[in-house]
Amino acid sequence: MRRSSAASKKKSDSITSSTTDLFRSGPSKATSKEMDRIDHLFNQYANTSSNLIDPEGIEELCSNLQVPHTDIRILMLAWKMKAEKQGYFTQEEWRRGLKALRADTLSKLKKALPELEKEVRRQSNFADFYAYAFRYCLTEEKQKSIDIETICQLLDIVMGSTFRAQVDYFVEYLKIQNDYKVINMDQWMGFYRFCNEISFPEMTEYNPELAWPLVLDSFVEWISEKQA
Amino acid sequence: VQERFGNQSFRMERKTIDLEQGWDYMQTGITKLKRILEGLPEPQFDSEQYMMLYTTIYNMCTQKPPHDYSQQLYDKYREAFEEYINSTVLPALKEKHDEYMLRELVKRWSNHKVMVRWLSRFFYYLDRYFIARRSLPPLNEVGLTCFRDRVYNELHSKVKDAVIALVDKEREGEQIDRALLKNVLDIYVEIGMGQMERYEADFESFMLLDSASYYSRKASSWIQEDSCPDYMLKSEECLKKERERVAHYLHSSSEPKLVEKVQHELLVVYANQLLEKEHSGCRALLRDDKVDDLSRMYRLYHKIAKGLEPVANIFKQHVTAEGNALVQQAEDTATNQAANIASVQEQVLIRKVIELHDKYMVYVVECFQSHTLFHKALKEAFEIFCNKTVAGSSSAELLATFCDNILKKGGSEKLSDEAIEDTLEKVVKLLAYISDKDLFAEFYRKKLARRLLFDRSANDDHERSILTKLKQQCGGQFTSKMEGMVTDLTLARENQTSFEEYLGNNPAANPGIDLTVTVLTTGFWPSYKSFDINLPSEMVKCVEVFKGFYETKTKHRKLTWIYSLGTCHLNGKFDHKPIELVVSTYQAAVLLLFNTTDKLSYNDILTQLNLSHEDLVRLLHSLSCARYKILTKEPSTKTVSQTDSFEFNAKFTDRMRRIKIPLPPVDERKKVVEDVDKDRRYAIDAAIVRIMKSRKVLGHQQLVSECVEQLSRMFKPDIKAIKKRMEDLITRDYLERDKENPNMFRYLA
Repeated sequence: MRRSSAASKKKSDSITSSTTDLFRSGPSKATSKEMDRIDHLFNQYANTSSNLIDPEGIEELCSNLQVPHTDIRILMLAWKMKAEKQGYFTQEEWRRGLKALRADTLSKLKKALPELEKEVRRQSNFADFYAYAFRYCLTEEKQKSIDIETICQLLDIVMGSTFRAQVDYFVEYLKIQNDYKVINMDQWMGFYRFCNEISFPEMTEYNPELAWPLVLDSFVEWISEKQA
Repeated sequence: VQERFGNQSFRMERKTIDLEQGWDYMQTGITKLKRILEGLPEPQFDSEQYMMLYTTIYNMCTQKPPHDYSQQLYDKYREAFEEYINSTVLPALKEKHDEYMLRELVKRWSNHKVMVRWLSRFFYYLDRYFIARRSLPPLNEVGLTCFRDRVYNELHSKVKDAVIALVDKEREGEQIDRALLKNVLDIYVEIGMGQMERYEADFESFMLLDSASYYSRKASSWIQEDSCPDYMLKSEECLKKERERVAHYLHSSSEPKLVEKVQHELLVVYANQLLEKEHSGCRALLRDDKVDDLSRMYRLYHKIAKGLEPVANIFKQHVTAEGNALVQQAEDTATNQAANIASVQEQVLIRKVIELHDKYMVYVVECFQSHTLFHKALKEAFEIFCNKTVAGSSSAELLATFCDNILKKGGSEKLSDEAIEDTLEKVVKLLAYISDKDLFAEFYRKKLARRLLFDRSANDDHERSILTKLKQQCGGQFTSKMEGMVTDLTLARENQTSFEEYLGNNPAANPGIDLTVTVLTTGFWPSYKSFDINLPSEMVKCVEVFKGFYETKTKHRKLTWIYSLGTCHLNGKFDHKPIELVVSTYQAAVLLLFNTTDKLSYNDILTQLNLSHEDLVRLLHSLSCARYKILTKEPSTKTVSQTDSFEFNAKFTDRMRRIKIPLPPVDERKKVVEDVDKDRRYAIDAAIVRIMKSRKVLGHQQLVSECVEQLSRMFKPDIKAIKKRMEDLITRDYLERDKENPNMFRYLA
């Protein structure tokens, strides 16, 4: 599902057909006026030559929304848009997201964020969001893993508010250990399961003989040694 | 009794006998019989008397009603017994006690049987038709039942007490009348009339209880007073005596039950105390090599369910302790002494382990009758200490070094061919206990390579023999590379002959130096690092010439030269006398530099030869600081430093004409371990993929355990290592975690 920027350019060429689809799809039919305003908002932040909102544009957007650039809500917005490339929003993605949020102005978008957060944090959605967050950070073609530093930041953003202790300990561990220089999707998801299934810091239910990723086995061992 | 008168149409007139009359007549017979039984002077029945009695009954039964007296006679038959028992038999018994009572009982029972036999003959006609018609018990049974109900039921408890008292008396060593007891107990059996119920309920159960409490008392005092061997001797004796008892007077069905009770009280209840007795228990017996006592222990506990488990356990602990002590001894010696003496100690360790194995295998086979529990105990014990490290060397390495010492020329083992074969056999058996077999293979291969390439192998037959043994034990895959190495050497010799022919035919190609090249098949031999050393020109020519020759033989192979394994013979033109120097190629390269220059600095040599510091220091040390100082070093310190300079030592001499200048080998251990670890990663990968390919979906724990099992022939994989490989395989898209169940994995085709 990785698309290079060249391919995304192609999509934006055939914009007429996708626009028509947008009009016909979804239970909430966006009026053409709404879509115009959405497009207008897009153009305010987009780079005119690439017709994408690039990192600069996103930063500006964040500033206007009064949301920190590294805030989880931006990531959630990206998720809602099903944005594929980190740091960029295509017009189609923009339309998709804002239409779903029923936000066609900046202020409406700002107001939609708390609701969006609630939606994402629903158990049924969060796992998907969590996995999305990982994929979103894969920048190269065929890239399967993310470096430790990025992972630490990502963990903080995505899980910091709900699992503060686990994130802090895990981040500390990742920084001092030498076995792993990158984390893959399986290990990433493993941490999510860990936070949800294992009590912390007791960790009595943790059984290294089960199929937990090895990095978590080592993590648990490290904590036990620390506590001893 | 033959029927004289049948139901035929006889015109003879028969006089009707009336009951009282007939019975009076019968009474005479009965009285006569009683008198005989009482031992009173009374002649035996003659055939006429017998016939008369029989006929009387017959007539009274066949008379026409109302004179057919079958029922009445049947009743009177029974009453006859009852009367006799009440009036005579019972009183006689009741007035006696103990042994006298028993004798009386036997007599009375015997008499009773006689009485039943005779009376039932007289009254036989009733048996023929009457009892069948009325479905009544036959005469024989009636008779026995009388005795049972009136005599046996009254007395069996008292009798049982008397018998048991005698049994216990005999147990205490007194003589008793065994035949009497047999006869008494036969009554219990016979009175059951085909069933063992009476014997079991009225005698055996009490006898068993009594025996149990008897032996319980004995055991509780013996266990305090006696040593383990003495206690066992007594137990063995008791069991023997009890079996004899059964043979002599108890019913045979009592044997297993009685034996079980005795065993329980003597051996099961006190098993722990007995085996764990401080100075004479199982541990002590093993320590003191008390083979007979241990054999007895095996015999006694063999028949008890789970009786051998504790013995086998103690055996295992003992062997493990002995093994651990040997290992510790070697470890201690190694840390206290210099390196070369330490390595001898390690060889001594292997010898001792072999001896330990031999010793305790004899125990398993002879004392413990090759029982699987003990084979298993021995195996597990060896697996524990045979995998310990001694002074940094793994057991795999020690074993490989041990083999090397036996197989190489001038090795520390000077043994006869037979002794060598025997030792090799034992070494291979020890390998079974070592979990890192792949590590052994790699060390073995490395050392084999040195033996083969430096012509240090003492005996080709032994080399092949051990490979055969290893193949048998570990499979063909284990030895295929090693066999390839040995074959390579043979081929290399042939190759050399061709090369020499080639040189003969192409004199222009001759390099001017005797050159021997050994071509090795890469896959078989251990991997060697090869450096781009700058060879002296003479050697460069040799390489070219050989390359030219080799290309005439085959165009599809690439030759990689391993100079680190080469040997050179140089003529050293020293002042006093010329001496031939046998050195490695690298050493030769250093020395040959001095043909053109007298003095060279370390850095000069380094740049000219293009070696690493580590290698160069080693080389220069061997030539200037070791036993033979071919080069003089300035300053003449004991170690080589990068600021030194070197000069040809023209003054060098030795009494020998040819000397070998050894280059201490680099420690191969680290590399071997690295290579093996790498191979293990591939092996684990392959095992995981193989398993998942066939199972398609598998739970984590099952996958891990199957993996361990598959690889166990070569090594014991670390669970973490398996997990790591699984993670890697997930990243490489061979496997994926199941979406629903995170503990399940799927194979991705």
